[in-house]
Amino acid sequence: MSENGKMVTIYVLGKRHVVPADLTMMKAMEYAGHQFRRGAGCRGGFCGACATVYRKKGSYKLLGALACQKIVEDGMIIAQIPFSPSEKKTYNVSDLKAEANTFLQYYPEIARCLACNTCTKACPQDIMVMDYVQAALRGDVAQAAKLSFDCLSCGLCAMRCPAEIVPYHIGQLARRLESKYIEGPTEHVLKRCAEVEEGKYNAEIAEMMKMDKPTLANKYNTREMRIK
Amino acid sequence: MKVAYYPGCTLKTTAKEFDLSARAASAALGIDLIEPPRWNCCGTVHALAKDDVMHHLAPLRNLLRVEEMKDQGLVDEKRVVALCAMCYNTLKRSNQAFNTDSDKAGKVKESMNNEAAVYSGGVEVEHLLETLRTHGWDKVSARVNKPLKGLKVAPYYGCLLLRPRGIGVDSADNPKVFEDLLKSLGAEVVDFGYKQKCCGSYHTVYMPEVVADLGNRILTQAQAAGAEMVATACPLCEFNLGDRQAEVLKKYPRFGSIPIVYFTQLMAVAFGLGEEETALGMNKPDPRPLLREKGLI
Repeated sequence: MSENGKMVTIYVLGKRHVVPADLTMMKAMEYAGHQFRRGAGCRGGFCGACATVYRKKGSYKLLGALACQKIVEDGMIIAQIPFSPSEKKTYNVSDLKAEANTFLQYYPEIARCLACNTCTKACPQDIMVMDYVQAALRGDVAQAAKLSFDCLSCGLCAMRCPAEIVPYHIGQLARRLESKYIEGPTEHVLKRCAEVEEGKYNAEIAEMMKMDKPTLANKYNTREMRIK
Repeated sequence: MKVAYYPGCTLKTTAKEFDLSARAASAALGIDLIEPPRWNCCGTVHALAKDDVMHHLAPLRNLLRVEEMKDQGLVDEKRVVALCAMCYNTLKRSNQAFNTDSDKAGKVKESMNNEAAVYSGGVEVEHLLETLRTHGWDKVSARVNKPLKGLKVAPYYGCLLLRPRGIGVDSADNPKVFEDLLKSLGAEVVDFGYKQKCCGSYHTVYMPEVVADLGNRILTQAQAAGAEMVATACPLCEFNLGDRQAEVLKKYPRFGSIPIVYFTQLMAVAFGLGEEETALGMNKPDPRPLLREKGLI
């Protein structure tokens, strides 16, 4: 039961369940007896594994959210999209140029974008998806990379696009091009790569390889976090 | 006689008597009306409706961005200037549709719901040629420090700057805005009969030979009228008349060559701006030899 005892009715894959009103969709589904084998990851809104579509009572609109972030509402009809099929092109980023034609070469369907903005409305991260696809189309790689930075590749934009574009691949390609050709490799990354190659961390890694699981877990959970 | 018969939804619901009587009466005449085993809604009038709402979203969204710029104090007026003739035409036509067709405007707003802002319809769309005309040709002339003296330029309008009426930057039959600009830059304006003809537009993708035919006609006419250079206001015209001269030559070996430039490049030359601003190295064919010969660069 929720803290104030309030319950709501939701429908998961067509089945009615009465669940505490303050649960996320994901917890509500688990409360209702579903066990996640796919479609659940970090549970913190960072990994994009739990893309979920839903409708609200009395509305024709199809909405999307990350199941681990969205709180259930009375009358919600829910279905998970644990995987979004898409063709992921392989390329060597070193052979590419940071320009519009690179996007068109690998993902020519982006030229079909009508700027309808359905992708942006579908994004649970509030990313301006359409704007970054459009930026890629006109060769503004830096802008496409910047706008798509928070993308988790959950796939909701791709499932909603009437032009069948897979925006998250565009964003990923943009960020790769941006980091290679525009931002360039940063000094601290180059320095750390050199340290790794020189074997600075070999002993520490060897030590960790010998640890049993609880010790390793403890080391991970008590690790030093430095966030600027 | 067995004839395929398409009943449609209404004859299966509220007009069953129509369906039943027609089948029976036809059968009495020996005409068997046979319903297709699979059929769907005829599409009703929706199929015939000119539903282009989806296509208006992109241009109108850009006008909404302009409105936001005004609200944020980035610009003085709710006015947007376009350079590409295609963009100008598209933005202006969508704007006009939005402002004159309230039904369409309503549908556009519905399609753009759940978005932070709604377009009001209040943005004015204009082409830079119009901006300059309003600014005043005398002011343009006053800024010229390298008059394009002795340079014989034919202004080429193409389609989208002038048509349809009510959208064009000037009279579709007798335009003069381009001529006025070139005159104010000190150039010798060459009038020619094909200045409003189509350059072939997107035929350039699948049928470059069509573009070669049109290019040959347009450019030969311009040259016959005495032009040494053609000025344009549209990137597609520039490509079709410039880059595609290679195709023209393939088909019409006697055709020579004539440089195509944007009117803004001629402005930059006449204002004495540098190489980076005139950006003449990007045009095909290269206009620089002619401009050097004239002592302009």
